[in-house]
Amino acid sequence: MSLAHRIIPCLDTDGERVVKGVNFAGLRDAGDPVALAARYNEEGADELVVLDIAASRDRRPTFLETIRRVAAELSIPLTAGGGIRTLEDGRAVVRAGADKVTVNTAAVERPELISELSREFGAQAVVLAIDAKRNGNHWDVMVRGGRECASRDAIEWAKIGVQMGAGEILLTSVDRDGTQVGFDTEVTAAISKAVSVPLIASGGAKLPEHFVQIFKKGAADAALAASIFHDGVQPIRTLKEFLAGKGIEVRLPC
Amino acid sequence: MKVIIIDYGAGNVPSVERALQRLGAEAERTNSPGRIEKAEALLLPGVGHYAALVRALDEQEMREPLVDAIQRGVPFLGICLGLQVLFESSAESPQLHGLNLLPGNVCSLPPTVKLPHMGWNQIVANQESRLLAGIGSSAYFYFAHSYAAPDSNGSTTATCFHGTPFAAVVEKQNIYGVQFHPEKSGDSGSRLLQNFLRIAA
Repeated sequence: MSLAHRIIPCLDTDGERVVKGVNFAGLRDAGDPVALAARYNEEGADELVVLDIAASRDRRPTFLETIRRVAAELSIPLTAGGGIRTLEDGRAVVRAGADKVTVNTAAVERPELISELSREFGAQAVVLAIDAKRNGNHWDVMVRGGRECASRDAIEWAKIGVQMGAGEILLTSVDRDGTQVGFDTEVTAAISKAVSVPLIASGGAKLPEHFVQIFKKGAADAALAASIFHDGVQPIRTLKEFLAGKGIEVRLPC
Repeated sequence: MKVIIIDYGAGNVPSVERALQRLGAEAERTNSPGRIEKAEALLLPGVGHYAALVRALDEQEMREPLVDAIQRGVPFLGICLGLQVLFESSAESPQLHGLNLLPGNVCSLPPTVKLPHMGWNQIVANQESRLLAGIGSSAYFYFAHSYAAPDSNGSTTATCFHGTPFAAVVEKQNIYGVQFHPEKSGDSGSRLLQNFLRIAA
């Protein structure tokens, strides 16, 4: 009996529709977020993440409506984010039905945002999303959808984020994102072992074996993926049965 | 029967309301002392900081009607912080007083494990439990917390383990509490809420 490793599908949206791309670029439509949410809830996903990757001010009401409609389908936790810049933005996302809020670029620019959200909603509701890209023998923090280097060391930033009140880290390997060659176990293990909070690994998943590696070698507490679930390439139930067979603790759906 | 959900202004209360409505129950969110006083069934879903909950109960004058109603025998279900506040106090805010309806103090989970304790974990039933009726012994529930009540008080009907054993379910007469979030715990969670509705009916 112990904490199960979580499998988390992620819906990247333009506010309204699910979109997908490779290395944060080349977007194409991948479906209706509400229908996908209902399917993952049914199939045994452990949580759901919905991100607004367009995150423009005028699309915000549309995204909040998407959160509302997605939340209505779920009996599992919902994390939402993308473009959260202020406490007020975070509040709107929680009011719309999210249990947790992710922050990324705005937190790099103004780390107090993490504390403000943590004080209001509790550390368990604040997820610090870090996009990391290898640079020699360390990893840089990337911002603005992975396009810009923030000149911060990813491991150091993760530690600061936790001190500021983040209750979880969502780590995306920019090098692996969309490539389907497997998670980056190295950066994941380095950050997971450096912080005292749970870590969700993201970027590069395709095969069930990739998930075994990220839990065993990467020391991840949860693993996130998008297109392999949307396309039905990797049904969640089959994936979890595979992991259980490899001795990894998962919650098997009834 | 209508379930009165105490909404003190924190977190995602609509998800609890929706979970009850899916089960066909009538639910109403309130922060009105008058509504609490007349409630037939009460639910307190707490998230975030212990101090925020206790201060809200005091500042919005909900403590007295809540304690009165529970002592009168009104069925009560506390979720997460809503369980923790049933005890005397919490290490998260030692200077504040809980509702003092159950003996003992809420403590921090040990720093030897990752905190918050976040995700799906299994519980172990150690006494006859009305809340867990019909729920398999291998069921998982969703947890998100860093503090917990010790399982040393006589009212713990199920425990969980994260670095240390702690109370996952407490039951004493009309008082029920769960450390996990049944509204986020899929089928096992809705069965538990259904059990509470049956008890309260």
